[in-house]
Amino acid sequence: MSEQLPPPVQPEATEAPAKPVADPQHSSRTEQVLRDIVGGNAMISVLAVALALLVGAILIAFTDEDVQAASGYFFSRPGDTLQAIWNAASGAYSALFQGSIYNFRRPGFADGIRPLTETLTFATPLIAAGLGVAVSFRTGLFNIGGRGQMLVAAGAAGYVAFALPMPFPLHLIVAVIAGVAAGALWGGIAGLLKARTGAHEVIVTIMLNYIGLYLISYLLRTQGALQAPGSNNPKSPAMLPSAIFPELFGAKYNLHWGFIFAIAATAWVWYLINRSTLGFQFRAVGENPHAARVAGINVKNVYVYAMLISGGLIGLAGVSQVLGTVTTGFSEGIDAGIGFDAITVALLGRSKPVGVFFAGILFGALKAGGYSMQAAQGVPVDIVLVVQSLIVLFIAAPPLVRAIFRLPIPGTMRRARALNPKAMVTR
Amino acid sequence: MSVATPTQTATTTGLERAAVRNWKPPIGLGVFAVIALLLFTVGSRSGVTMFRLSTTSDLIQLPEVAADVAVVTIIVTIVLFGIAALSAWRAYRAAPTPLWLTSVFAALFLVAFLSWAAAGATIPVPGLLVGAVGLSAPLIFGALGGVISERVGVVNVAIEGQLLAGAFASAVVASITQSLVAGLIAAVVAGVLVSFVLATFSIRYVVDQVIVGVVLNVLVIGLTSFLFSKVLSPNSAVLNSPPRFQRLPIPLLGEIPIIGPVLFRQTIIIYIMYVAIAVVWFALFKTKWGLRLRAVGEHPQAADTVGINVNRTRFWNVSLAGAIAGLGGAYFTLGSVGAFNKEMTAGAGFIALAAVIFGRWDPIRATLAALLFGFASNLQSVLSIVGSPVPSQFMLMLPYLVTIFAVAGLVGHVRAPAASGKAYVKS
Repeated sequence: MSEQLPPPVQPEATEAPAKPVADPQHSSRTEQVLRDIVGGNAMISVLAVALALLVGAILIAFTDEDVQAASGYFFSRPGDTLQAIWNAASGAYSALFQGSIYNFRRPGFADGIRPLTETLTFATPLIAAGLGVAVSFRTGLFNIGGRGQMLVAAGAAGYVAFALPMPFPLHLIVAVIAGVAAGALWGGIAGLLKARTGAHEVIVTIMLNYIGLYLISYLLRTQGALQAPGSNNPKSPAMLPSAIFPELFGAKYNLHWGFIFAIAATAWVWYLINRSTLGFQFRAVGENPHAARVAGINVKNVYVYAMLISGGLIGLAGVSQVLGTVTTGFSEGIDAGIGFDAITVALLGRSKPVGVFFAGILFGALKAGGYSMQAAQGVPVDIVLVVQSLIVLFIAAPPLVRAIFRLPIPGTMRRARALNPKAMVTR
Repeated sequence: MSVATPTQTATTTGLERAAVRNWKPPIGLGVFAVIALLLFTVGSRSGVTMFRLSTTSDLIQLPEVAADVAVVTIIVTIVLFGIAALSAWRAYRAAPTPLWLTSVFAALFLVAFLSWAAAGATIPVPGLLVGAVGLSAPLIFGALGGVISERVGVVNVAIEGQLLAGAFASAVVASITQSLVAGLIAAVVAGVLVSFVLATFSIRYVVDQVIVGVVLNVLVIGLTSFLFSKVLSPNSAVLNSPPRFQRLPIPLLGEIPIIGPVLFRQTIIIYIMYVAIAVVWFALFKTKWGLRLRAVGEHPQAADTVGINVNRTRFWNVSLAGAIAGLGGAYFTLGSVGAFNKEMTAGAGFIALAAVIFGRWDPIRATLAALLFGFASNLQSVLSIVGSPVPSQFMLMLPYLVTIFAVAGLVGHVRAPAASGKAYVKS
């Protein structure tokens, strides 16, 4: 996040800072390029992931029973302890890999690759919601209301999907539109209140999370609303087949058409942010609302539009949950914490559409692998949260990673540049 | 040197006052009066509601107050419309609606609503209020931490993490040592540790404060949940069965009717809370320390110019904020529940954050906002026991709806400390 000081008009994915180097040193050009690669953004990201996984490994090792047992006689046979530490960490991480990318124990490629499709299934709502949060970040807003937006979107899409029978493609399209519209509406409330009354969007979106949760919880307990007919459980009936996202690679895999929607959303958001007038206004307001207003941008309208789009994208995540992942009827936990995960996804992706896409896949992989790690090795899936948050923390602080690995500072050797990274979220 | 604070109004000097007609208060009050009218006429109920004012152990027994639902609701609705009209008249004369009028309005609405909702049953008023204070306690601690941190210029989104870390540490340490004091100290230390990370990353590495806060919450949730599943659950007898604070009645004050049982027959953590509120308020507005703190949060350049070390002030005050929030965490484990549980704070930190903004960065107002949240959630549980016609989900929704109304209508443009959220880099 540090090396993008001179936006708004800057191309995507700057590997090395494209800043003209006023280099007082006599280093040659190749040396400079090498320095930039080693100390640059991509390297920092890789090292941050490695560092986070290392901390995770330490946690796993220290809480492992075998390690604790072996450490009891550490001084007589230290090898046992080291062996146990290695077993615990490598066992957990190989389970993580096999649960998220490729399972070597299954025969044949078709079975072996199944974990990767699981990863993409988990990634689908994370990408959509991450894009939504990213749009709000770029506009200088902090949409912390992903939970509420996902829930109302799931409720609206789910209602259309189980209560209003229609022929196949139409039904799916109407359900998706209903969900996205509900999410957009829920986000738009916050935008509208911010624009018209100056109410802080953080507080409004937090409040709307709870209001959405209790609203859906009430509807799920009310006959004729979302509750399955004749049931006492707070759960909806199953979605009609005509409204369900078709599987992408056949019934063998869970991956569904929602992923195509996520890809399309990524492309659309890229266009919106980088090429459209509205996106330019978003970024201008995000950089400096006062300057944007002086330049003739209607800041209030921008707030409303940004929150509408942000809520709509997060709504898409809720839609993909009910129409793709959990099609047998949903309960009030359908958001599965994705609304909050999306914030870390957006942060890791530096609020850029392509970055968010890959961040979503990485977190999807951690989620998919985390569950198989819990099943196979008894490592609680919560370790994934630790690794996720550490990745974002390290990536947010390049100077720290550089200090740990003693990397050179890219560009020039000026200290001020490294110590003064531009914050990503301008509030 | 005078430091502008958000609580100061523009009426202090002999400036000519502009006539501003603010129609928000009368509209807000009018909406609530109409709600009352609809609720009490369409959903009309008959019967007598008893308000029990004393507990059985009180020295001075107050008689139960009987309220005829029909009479109370009719009279109150008329008065509510009267107040709304008065407010409208004052708005027409360009005079603001005084706070006491709004308070009277709220109190009357509440009384009428209570007698309507509990028609034919008895409401234990002291029990309702005692529970409210208990539920508010962690929110108040968290909000005080938030106020200090934001006043010194560091946005504290990590309150949730500080509360959870405090809860975890106090449960473990109090279980091992069987000492409540050790548990409290551990909670403080844990809160400070979370704050250290927040302060280090936002001050030393100049990472965006909101990002660090969000990520820290995830990190603490992940760490505590991981350790809970892996370490605490298997050994809960040794590691997760802390002693609990007993109620400690204050001899004379505890015998005052209503107020006594509510405020002065509480646990020691609640008494610490009273002291903390008073001390934070006094220190913030009446001492040199508080002036410096606010100066750093409002105008760090100016503070630096007169010789205040901005970043050191920020670092230690953010740590202090963490200590206070950590105490709030201890209330979960040592005060109410008696054991640590996964994600047991359940979003209390975000509610505390809302209380900070709702309370306009003022410790007393933030405390009142936190009390409102605590009261509303306890009201819901009391009314669900006596059997209210309103679905419990809508009761649970109420405080959040009220907050949105308040933030959008009554509070209006809230102004954060000017430098809150901005890193200070000495140039």
